[in-house]
Order: sequence, then C-alpha cells, then structure tokens
Amino acid sequence: MDVILFLVFSAIAVACALNLVVQRHPISSAISLVGVMASLAILYLLLGGEFIAMAQMIVYAGAIMVLFVFTIMLLNAGAEKRGVKRPWAVYLGIPLLTGLLGIISFLVQGQVQGSPPVILGGFTGGAAGDVGRALFTRYVLPFEVVSVLVLIAILGAMVLARKEIE
Amino acid sequence: MNFFILTLIKTGILLFIFMTTLAYLQWIERKVLAHIQLRMGPTRVGPFGLLQPLADVIKLVTKEGMIPSHVNKVFYLLAPVIAVTLALTSISVIPFGPQVEIFGVTTYLQLTDLSMGILFLLALSTLGTYGIALAGWSSNNKYALLGGLRASAQLISYELPMALAIAAPLLLLNTLSLREMVEAQQGYYFGFIPKWTVFQVLPLQVVSFIIYMISGFAETNRIPFDLPEAENELVAGFHTEYASMKFASFFMAEYANMTTISFIAVLLFLGGWHPLWPAEYGSDYVAPLIFFFGAAILLFHGLNPARPKDKLFMPPFGIVFALVGVLFLIPALKPILIPIFWFTGKVGAILFLYIWIRGTLPRFRYDQLMNFTWKYLFPVSVVNLMLTGLVVALMS
Repeated sequence: MDVILFLVFSAIAVACALNLVVQRHPISSAISLVGVMASLAILYLLLGGEFIAMAQMIVYAGAIMVLFVFTIMLLNAGAEKRGVKRPWAVYLGIPLLTGLLGIISFLVQGQVQGSPPVILGGFTGGAAGDVGRALFTRYVLPFEVVSVLVLIAILGAMVLARKEIE
Repeated sequence: MNFFILTLIKTGILLFIFMTTLAYLQWIERKVLAHIQLRMGPTRVGPFGLLQPLADVIKLVTKEGMIPSHVNKVFYLLAPVIAVTLALTSISVIPFGPQVEIFGVTTYLQLTDLSMGILFLLALSTLGTYGIALAGWSSNNKYALLGGLRASAQLISYELPMALAIAAPLLLLNTLSLREMVEAQQGYYFGFIPKWTVFQVLPLQVVSFIIYMISGFAETNRIPFDLPEAENELVAGFHTEYASMKFASFFMAEYANMTTISFIAVLLFLGGWHPLWPAEYGSDYVAPLIFFFGAAILLFHGLNPARPKDKLFMPPFGIVFALVGVLFLIPALKPILIPIFWFTGKVGAILFLYIWIRGTLPRFRYDQLMNFTWKYLFPVSVVNLMLTGLVVALMS
C-alpha cells in the first residue's frame, strides 16, 4: 500500500513538474507547481514527517503559491509566444537530457552505495513536538540565524519597495 | 467490525447529514434574514417553505450548464471542483462526540483523528483560496477578476491573525489533535464553570476567541467582509460567469466553509461536546426539554390554528419533536445523543451569529477592510500570543 502510494504520488510530482516546464501560460505553470508541492507533502507524510508535510502544505502549496498566482493575476500576464521552431533542438535535446540525467543518477548512486534502504513508515520522529524540541535544543543556533536572515530580507524588501522620501 | 466497512458506513452517514444540513442552512438563513427584515421568507414550497432547498437543488441541477465562449475552459471547470472538494474534506477530521458503543461496536464519533488535525484544517483553508482565485481569473471578465483578486488578498491577509489566534489556545491545550483538544477542556472550575478555553482567565483567551471569530468571518467572505461578491460594485464577484451546478458548488463551498469555521471555534474555544454545566445539575435534560417545549408550542398552535393550514401541518411536526425528545431520555441512546446535541447546539449558535450579523451590519469599504486587519487585528493577535506564551511559561 505504502509503495503504491509512493509510486503514484512520485509519478504525479514528476508529471506536474514536466507540465510546469511545458505549459506556456504562467497560471498553468503555477498550478502545476502547486501540484508538485502537494504531492511532495504526501511523500513526506509517507516517510513519517507529519509536521513537515503539513508545513509544506500550508507554507508552500498554500501561502507562497497563492502569492505567485495572485501576482500573475494582478499583472495579467498572458501566454508566452512560442519561439521559432527548431526541430533539431527536440531531436537532439531529449536524448541528450535523458543521457545526462542517467549519468548523474548513476554517479549519485555510486557515491551513496552504503546508505541503508528507506523503510516507509519506519521513521516516527516527525511529530510537531519532536520537530519543535529539535529546533529549540540541538539546532537552536542555525534556527535563530535563519530567522534573523529572513527578518533582514523582509526589511530589505520593504526598503526597496518604499517610495523615495525627499 | 472491519475497519474498512465501519469507515464506509460512518462516511456515508456523515456525508448524508452534512449535505442535508448545508441545504437547510440556506433555508434557515433565508428565514432568519426575512424575519429580521419583517418579511416571511420562503413559504410556498411545502409547509413553511421546508421543501424549498429541495426545489432549489432540482432547479440548479436541471439548469443549462452554460460555458461562456471567452473563458479559459480547464481552469473554469476546475475551480468549482477545487472549491467544493476542499471545503467538504474538512469534515473528515471533525470529532462530533466521544467514544461510543453502537450495536456492540465501539467507535469514535469522528471519521479519523489526525495528530495534526488543526494544521490539516488550516492547510485546507489556505488551499481553498485557489478555487476562488482561479474562478475569478479563468472567467476572463473584469468583475470576476476583481472579485477573485479581492478574495485572495483578503484570505491571505486574514489568514495571519486567524493562525495566531488559533496558536494561543494551542499553547494551553498542548496538542494539535482535535479530539485531544476537546478532552483537555473537560471538567469544571468550582464545580460549575466549564473549563473551556474561552473561559480561561489566566491567560485571558476571550481575546483570541474574538480575533478568531472576526477573521473567520473574513475567511468565509461573509458580511461585513463580503467584498469579493459586493453586488453593487462587482455584479456577483468571482462567480459572475458561473451557472447551474457549477454555481451551486461555490454556494455549497461557502456554506461548508462557514460550518468548518464554526466547528473549529467550538472545538478550540467552546469545549466541543462538553455541556455548559455539569450533568449533576441536570444538563442532560436540556435537550429533551427543548424538544418537548417545541412540541408543546406546535401542538398548541395546531389545536388553536391562526391560519387554516396550521391545523394540518403543526400537529405532525409537534409529534416528531416529542418523539425526538423521548429519544434523548432512552438510557442506551443517551451517551451518543447528548454529546452530539451539545456539539451541534454550539455550532448552530455560531452559525446563527453569522446570519444575525448578515442581517445587521453593512459592508466595509475595501481600504477599511485591509487597514483593519493589518493595523489592528494583526498587532493585537501578536501581542495576545506573546502574552499567552509568557503566562503559560511562568505558570508551568
């Protein structure tokens, strides 16, 4: 059951990711990205990361992508025009891309050969309490540093967006 | 019994009841609004207009499902599906009552209890924005687009104070599971004041409740926050171009979202299925008394009819009410029905508040709406969360 779900949602994620690149309209691409995020959330859930899955849903699939869609709607961006057709780009590009991906995955697999296999449902430390405890004890320094970084980014965005005051 | 069959049965029953409730919520809304405005409301279809929802459903199903030629077809058709599916999914984690035994089967009055129940509901409500935003955009109509833009901006803005207002009681209840949340609110102060979150004095939680309710109203696009479908400016907002069942899906999603907001309010702040005062002081007899009282009124008016048709319709309804009241007194059914009564009673009270406010308040202006959340509601909810956290840390 777990394996079937894993395969189904990985397939959906990959299909949505491909669709994201292929689609010409920005809204279609954005919605495909939502599909990728949502299926990733379900993959996290299968791996036992309950909290991460919900955070992925709320923050990525929800908040961030809603802002994307909102901006696209606000700018009223139309469909992109297709460039000049280059048949050799398709005939050469797809085999080359497949070959490159194959080589990369072969190399990665060779590097991490010793790692133990993933058991779906084997990991149980993904509840909100566990994540919170880890964040505020073991990883407290990186956590705080990242929050300061985000704060700086927000302030920077506000300074850049603000109108010049004479 | 097999887990699978049990879940199927529970889903079927719950879906049937929920859909009927959604249909009748609209009848109740029309009736209550009508009486607020000194009108009669629907009276023609069936006794007291009770068959009006059925007639509306038949009307909407049989109408021509027109698709305008200028829309983006894929997203135009997808939007109502997204809206209604996400809105209806949220009932799957709502607990309606404690563990009960029916025909020898021990089960919870809940489809499933997620350890992240409340986060799941928040995720569904953020994703619900897509239905409205896509509907507005794909319609290719300036009014629909403006409605969709307003709706998404409003949902994003009010999501923040709502999440912060939910976080404050979570610090006290110390769980994210909806069932455990209600169980943590069991018991009474001094033997009679219920230990609901809303009655917490130290730290004060009424503020969180009020912030949650205000942002809940805004999240469901109801008056006074119904800018996305302001008739006098935007025709019908994001669903201007929708007809027949596609329109009905948006309607259903709006009512389902209203009930979800009420469910969360009851579970988080109002003690779920726990009664308002302890059973030793007779809270178990409230439900039968209400139904017997209703039955007595109906029978009285049936025997002294003001209109000729009352003689026909009032007594049967009175007898049904009396029978329902008797059901609450049967010892075998009591542990099931009493919690459900309190739960639905509280949810009903909040839904009534929704309708009452719709009949009372005018609509905000758009800049007022945004100023209100960013300049008042959001700072207040941040301070509220920090104070709650401080008090919880000091007391533990």
